[in-house]
Amino acid sequence: MPWELKNDRPIYAQLIEQIELKICSGVYTPGSRLPSVRDLAREASVNPNTMQRALAKLEEDGLLYSTRTSGRFVTEDDNMIYQVKSKLAQEQMRDFLKNMRQLGFENKEILSMLKTMLEEVKQ
Amino acid sequence: MNTILECKNLSKSFGSTKALDGINLTIEKGRIVGLLGPNGSGKTTFIKICNELLTPTSGEVRINGFTPGVETKKIVSYLPEKTYLNDWMKVSQIIRLFQDFYADFIPEKAYDMLKRLNIDPNSRLKTLSKGTKEKVQLILVMSRDAQLYLLDEPIGGVDPAARDYILDTIISNYNENAAVILSTHLIADIEKVLDDIIFLKEGQIVLNKTVDEVRDESGKSVDALFREVFKC
Repeated sequence: MPWELKNDRPIYAQLIEQIELKICSGVYTPGSRLPSVRDLAREASVNPNTMQRALAKLEEDGLLYSTRTSGRFVTEDDNMIYQVKSKLAQEQMRDFLKNMRQLGFENKEILSMLKTMLEEVKQ
Repeated sequence: MNTILECKNLSKSFGSTKALDGINLTIEKGRIVGLLGPNGSGKTTFIKICNELLTPTSGEVRINGFTPGVETKKIVSYLPEKTYLNDWMKVSQIIRLFQDFYADFIPEKAYDMLKRLNIDPNSRLKTLSKGTKEKVQLILVMSRDAQLYLLDEPIGGVDPAARDYILDTIISNYNENAAVILSTHLIADIEKVLDDIIFLKEGQIVLNKTVDEVRDESGKSVDALFREVFKC
């Protein structure tokens, strides 16, 4: 999963979202050790201080924890990961609805189109 | 003491032209700073003063507490805008020269980077292309374990792939006790790597913020803001 950073928003906030996404999608599994700040910064081609700030925030939120000697780990609390997952899902849905309304669709239409699409994708 | 570079009211005039006009600036260790501005805004003049190639008309610069001179050259690794290396020398000979010159030069690091960029240490400089010469020069500069790197247009002359490698090198060489100041026009390529940006306009600082402050406050990339501030 490559790092995708957009130009119009703070890099720090985007790094937080991308790491959350990587945790929710299982790129970083619960309890696993994260690469070092420097390696993560290299991977994402970002400033190491910015990466450090993003990791510190995730740690403050409880999604990551660090030990003095052996590095930084993903939480083992499945419930917490699930909460982040629903937060990300809600953001996605909000964006989707905003775009659909911009195209001029009503709730009813959106719902039926979504149902049809789900059927199609299943096959 | 976390300050590595400090400028007080720094000005430089060439005749009636003010190249730098009252620059006040403090740069902390551990920061990667972009010095950005259009042609003739004073970027190179500033970097040259920091390396004692020019002397200020008024005001001062202090690097680790010293005015530019012998003491600062020990800890400053400088990439000039033009190459000064002897064309007839082999890359390996230049590496030896640097090793003699600078106590903090790490030859293994230089050879490692040459290998990554597929540059033969036995080739003579005059046989290399312009872009490859620039890569060699940057490799030499980044192979020092310096406290301040002053890079004048480090990515201007190289292809996008080498540019990525150079940025990668700056990130992997990151050291909380060293600062990097680099001047460039190619902001879009480099802004994700920077902590702070300084916009220079006609010898004055018009903006000094972190990249994320700029993005947060303006909702624009530094590149987009630059195009707006310096619209011709």
